[in-house]
Amino acid sequence: MQAFTKLTGIAAPLPKANVDTDQIIPARFLKSISRLGFGKNLFANFRFKEDGSENPDFVLNQEPYRKAEFLIAFENFGCGSSREHAPWALLDFGIRCVIAPDFADIFHNNCFKNGVLPVRLPREICEKLMEDAKMGGNARISVDLERQVVVRPNGEEIPFQIDPLRRHLMLNGLDDIGQTMQHAPAIDGFEARQRAAQPWLYA
Amino acid sequence: MSAERPRTLFDKIWDAHVVETLPDGTALLYIDLHLTHEVTTPQAFDGLRAAGRKVRRPDATLAVVDHNIATDDSRRTGIVDPESRLQVETLEKNVVEFGVPYIPLLDDRQGIVHVIGPELGRSLPGMTIVCGDSHTSTHGAMGALAFGIGTSEVEHVLATQTLLQKPAKNMRVSVDGNLAFGCSGKDIVLAIIGKIGTAGGTGHVIEYAGDAIRALDMAGRMTVCNMTIEGGARAGMVAPDQTTFDYIAKTPNGPKGEAFKRALEWWKTLPSDAGAHFDKELRLAAHEIAPQVTWGTNPEAVLPITGIVPNPSDEADEAKRAQLQRMVDYMGLTPGQRLTDLKVDVVFVGSCTNSRIEDIRAAAAIAKGRRVADHVRALVVPGSGLVKKQAEAEGLDRILREAGFEWREAGCSMCLGMNPDKLTPGQRSASTSNRNFEGRQGPGGRTHLLSPAMAAAAALAGHLADVRDYQPKGSL
Repeated sequence: MQAFTKLTGIAAPLPKANVDTDQIIPARFLKSISRLGFGKNLFANFRFKEDGSENPDFVLNQEPYRKAEFLIAFENFGCGSSREHAPWALLDFGIRCVIAPDFADIFHNNCFKNGVLPVRLPREICEKLMEDAKMGGNARISVDLERQVVVRPNGEEIPFQIDPLRRHLMLNGLDDIGQTMQHAPAIDGFEARQRAAQPWLYA
Repeated sequence: MSAERPRTLFDKIWDAHVVETLPDGTALLYIDLHLTHEVTTPQAFDGLRAAGRKVRRPDATLAVVDHNIATDDSRRTGIVDPESRLQVETLEKNVVEFGVPYIPLLDDRQGIVHVIGPELGRSLPGMTIVCGDSHTSTHGAMGALAFGIGTSEVEHVLATQTLLQKPAKNMRVSVDGNLAFGCSGKDIVLAIIGKIGTAGGTGHVIEYAGDAIRALDMAGRMTVCNMTIEGGARAGMVAPDQTTFDYIAKTPNGPKGEAFKRALEWWKTLPSDAGAHFDKELRLAAHEIAPQVTWGTNPEAVLPITGIVPNPSDEADEAKRAQLQRMVDYMGLTPGQRLTDLKVDVVFVGSCTNSRIEDIRAAAAIAKGRRVADHVRALVVPGSGLVKKQAEAEGLDRILREAGFEWREAGCSMCLGMNPDKLTPGQRSASTSNRNFEGRQGPGGRTHLLSPAMAAAAALAGHLADVRDYQPKGSL
């Protein structure tokens, strides 16, 4: 996983609540066996018309948002299917930070595993950031994970909360399987106890 | 010694599975059963391979194909779509390489991962169960802690049999009294989501309680727990009781003899203690629940079948008004229109929500001796090969075929638009599945979620219909 420290870039405004993972990446595009290449189908049902041509009304088809690195949205972002293809598609498109009032649990987890930073900020602040984002290329937003602040184009700094362990893993681009493997003796011990108490759980 | 703090069902299962607690409060949680399928695992197995890691507990892992396979006869001659075929072949290669037990496509036990876990007796009370699929919440009906995970977490569980997790909050939803005629677990859960909203359960695990939940059979409980994720909660649970134990006793792979007796002792300790703390509580009166149907593009947009399409201009909040307007437009509706006036093109009885034998019986009971409307394509897709066999042994396939339903092979089918069973743009469906999101059943498709009995009524009427107007003609 790519480490995440600071990011400055263009933010695409998506002023919608309940953006579900079927919208982010429809199921018909989940047939790949790779983690790469999902970006071209990010928000496919909105980005493309039935004939496959681009829908010029959709934000990611407009300049400068084709190069967006942030996405600003409203409540319950990432609800629905657990598909990790959703953060893969965002990342593959170039979006590395999503800011919303809240996120669905599984999507929120999945982001951290892929170096996509989900930032929770109150609705009224998201509304301000939405207005900033609508200013397009003249308004760059920054996020500094080390200092836990989002910086508006006018320089205003907005602090955000984040789980310390997740922050640590993300800042260092760490694979948490390797970390967990260091607990192997504890897992062995757990299994020995459980096997004795609940043998029906073991083949 | 001080008295133990009263604990919830969730607390008890959680506590029994904490391997270690890290300094920041994150738990390393042991996973008892890991169900896997073709869509969310290829990248996880690749990760293992790249790091030279093995699957820690193949005996606690089970693989099956369900999402992208065809549900017609074409599956017998090989998968037509090259990408789907590659995904299935990749799983088949991975299970051999990593020694994971696998149920192949043409095996009788093949089926939707959330149908086969309980059916085979692999999903049991007190277990922690995960799968790279949000509807893993289904297995909570067994009295287990079961939740969906992403592919990175699938890899983590394959390698370590654990997950890094923070404890969820406890929420209890009690449904008191008796359910009215024509209502089922589906109507209960849709009514709950209508009340709490699509994010009402975020950060929580919901325990369902009350007489109406106790009265549900296991299939009904699975339907309720299945759709818990649509209310934003990570998992849904029902405390195990005699209904649960009787169900397990009949499963092929559940514990038998001494093992069953020993397991039963532990299972009986699981229900929440009196006085256990719930962070959130909701009570519903079962008799107030009417047959439900969704009208919009998320499961919270639900009404009793007697309702009318809402008028967005009645909504004061601008953002909500815009969202309602978008739903009305996408669904091709007119405010004030009666839901029972909405003509349907396709009826789908199936999915991990409603494809068990009880669901098929409910649809067949309404369909018996009647005909599907001429303009409607109606499909019944059993949740597993075993459900299909059982239904055929009971003659349900014949009743349904005679009424004009297609009788299919097991799989996810038209729930999610990633296999050949899809809606075409503008088509309106009455569907027993779980998500009515834009494009979920195919781009431009319009989905109304409802129970199997309500779906059967819609197929017969040719429009959304009140199942209470369709008294069964004789018994099955």
